[in-house]
Amino acid sequence: MNDKIVLTYQVSADDFTRAGEASSDVKSKLKKMGVKPEVVRKVAIAMYEGEINLVIHANGGKIDVTISPTEIDMVLEDKGPGIADIDKAMQAGYSTAPDNIRSLGFGAGMGLPNMKKYSDEMQIETKVGVGTKVTMKVFL
Amino acid sequence: MTVNDVKTTLGARLICGEEYLEKEVHTACGSDMMSDVLAYNKDQSVLLTGLCNMQAIRTAEMMDIVCIVFVRGKVPDEGMIALAQERGIVLLSTGHRMFSACGLLYEKGLRGGATYR
Repeated sequence: MNDKIVLTYQVSADDFTRAGEASSDVKSKLKKMGVKPEVVRKVAIAMYEGEINLVIHANGGKIDVTISPTEIDMVLEDKGPGIADIDKAMQAGYSTAPDNIRSLGFGAGMGLPNMKKYSDEMQIETKVGVGTKVTMKVFL
Repeated sequence: MTVNDVKTTLGARLICGEEYLEKEVHTACGSDMMSDVLAYNKDQSVLLTGLCNMQAIRTAEMMDIVCIVFVRGKVPDEGMIALAQERGIVLLSTGHRMFSACGLLYEKGLRGGATYR
């Protein structure tokens, strides 16, 4: 695996039952490439939380995944409402998700903390009313 | 214990994954909130949940969870069963409520793993 592999996914907000398909696809591709199971799981969980966030908060978005011999980069971009207070959003248990999302099993305020926990590096660029870009790296 | 021991202990009904009943399980996690489950990273786990939608299966898939037990008699739909079969996840359904189901497995020696930090 010398070359970079770039995968792009459009995440739609229309169908909650389909959320996670992009992460699932990345997970099975990494597994097939023979990436260590612990690393595959870290990528899968971090990306899945991000994908769910795109669906819940941002009316969908785009995910670019770059697989190189040394690291896996995930860039999640949306044109959603932006994050008003990143420090608060990073606190475990803080959530702005509506109640109907909680009945679907999300909105516990663990999404961003989990993304940080499972990625080796994470960066958030956000502007209220414009959108959010989250970059996560997991080293191989 | 094995998945089959989980099934027997909970008097659960097997929905799919008969070929994996002899798989070993080492820890368990009970929650209806999937991000709480995703915060918990253990090998060969069982997930007990009252959340009966596609995201329960997806969460198990991402975490390499061996078996999902739906509590309070919940039964997954066809789409969930198909995805679980594709990913090799056992699905069980028990009439016990969450607290009792967790308690019964705990009594048999199954533990939850480390405290979250």
